[in-house]
Amino acid sequence: MSQVVLPVEGPHVQCHTCNLVMSIPESIQDEHWECARCHSIVHQRKPNSIARTLALLIAATICYVPANIYPIMEMTSFGYKRSDTIVSGVLYLFIDGQWPLAVVVAVASVVVPLLKIVVLFGLVISVLRKSQWHPQDRAKLYRVIEEVGRWSMVDVYVVTILVALVHLGSLASVEVERGAIFFGAVVVLTLLAAQSFDPRLIWDQIEDENE
Amino acid sequence: MRLIGCYECDGVAEEPLVPNGGSAVCQRCGATLFRRQRETVAITLALVIAAGILLIVANAFPLLLFELQGQQTSATLISGVLSLWAQAEYPVSALVFLTTIFAPMSQVALLLYVLVPIYLGWRNPWAIVAFRWVEILRPWSMMEVFLIGVLVALVKLTEQAEMTLGIAFWAFALLIPTLAGAIAFLDAEIIWRKLEEGQ
Repeated sequence: MSQVVLPVEGPHVQCHTCNLVMSIPESIQDEHWECARCHSIVHQRKPNSIARTLALLIAATICYVPANIYPIMEMTSFGYKRSDTIVSGVLYLFIDGQWPLAVVVAVASVVVPLLKIVVLFGLVISVLRKSQWHPQDRAKLYRVIEEVGRWSMVDVYVVTILVALVHLGSLASVEVERGAIFFGAVVVLTLLAAQSFDPRLIWDQIEDENE
Repeated sequence: MRLIGCYECDGVAEEPLVPNGGSAVCQRCGATLFRRQRETVAITLALVIAAGILLIVANAFPLLLFELQGQQTSATLISGVLSLWAQAEYPVSALVFLTTIFAPMSQVALLLYVLVPIYLGWRNPWAIVAFRWVEILRPWSMMEVFLIGVLVALVKLTEQAEMTLGIAFWAFALLIPTLAGAIAFLDAEIIWRKLEEGQ
């Protein structure tokens, strides 16, 4: 492990844990360097960012299908059983007249994960094709999609509360169904995918053009 | 003269002098680089302590009360996690536990562990590791999403049963802006520099 000091000239690297900017004598791609301040491993770019992001996105896409096809919970009320997928849950809310809630859940659970997957795929493709398209907008898109992704956990939490609360035997009870774990997987995989994507790659193509 | 870097576009610049409460923005890509908050230790510490108290209340008391045909049940955060576990949904249970109990609690505990010694002027050898973990855990704390989930569950049940909001719900509702405020007032750069000095 090597320490680094702080002269201004020459190539720099920034620690992505504590944001310290350090000067480096040459490229540190193949060596292990520690941040001078917080001792995290320092990289110029997240290692294998594109490969890891793609792998996670593909896994998330594969999980997205069963997450929506399988029901996420089964509610028993007065002896009558009803299985709900994410989409059917939204439709029931609409039918019950709960429009604002239906929209919230529809956006959070159906639109957001799909959007996150599509946008991240788009960003990866834009980097692979060395696109020059509006880097500020792409960076902003990345930031927004990274923040918004967590909201798709709403349905998992709804099921959690219902399971904990409604346990009156055949009078009323709730059981978790297969869809829930696939849905949780989509959230986790897209979260990790956004984390593994290195937004600096968007700017690398622009810099090369200017040289 | 200190250098600061843009985490998103890799630009390096000289650190500008930013007035208290102001922020610096990257010239190239528009990302916010930092928000300067000189009283960060005192303010953040106060908010984190408040958050800690609220967190204890939010976990100890019921979130929702449900009554149907004279029978009453209630749910706390832990009972939710345990009910999922009891239904053999181990990964979902673990995920809910991580995002609504473990991550927020660890953040509060770690922040206290880092900030209290700074405030009291003590030396703290593990503070750097602790502060790294605060950053690592941040995306995994999803309490505000959980709160909306509670509301959706409430609405789904409200026509079939008597529903009441429990104390923990209000504790949660207060906890979210408190913790958000703590994060907002946390000027990480100032903390890192204090930790550096302490070494």
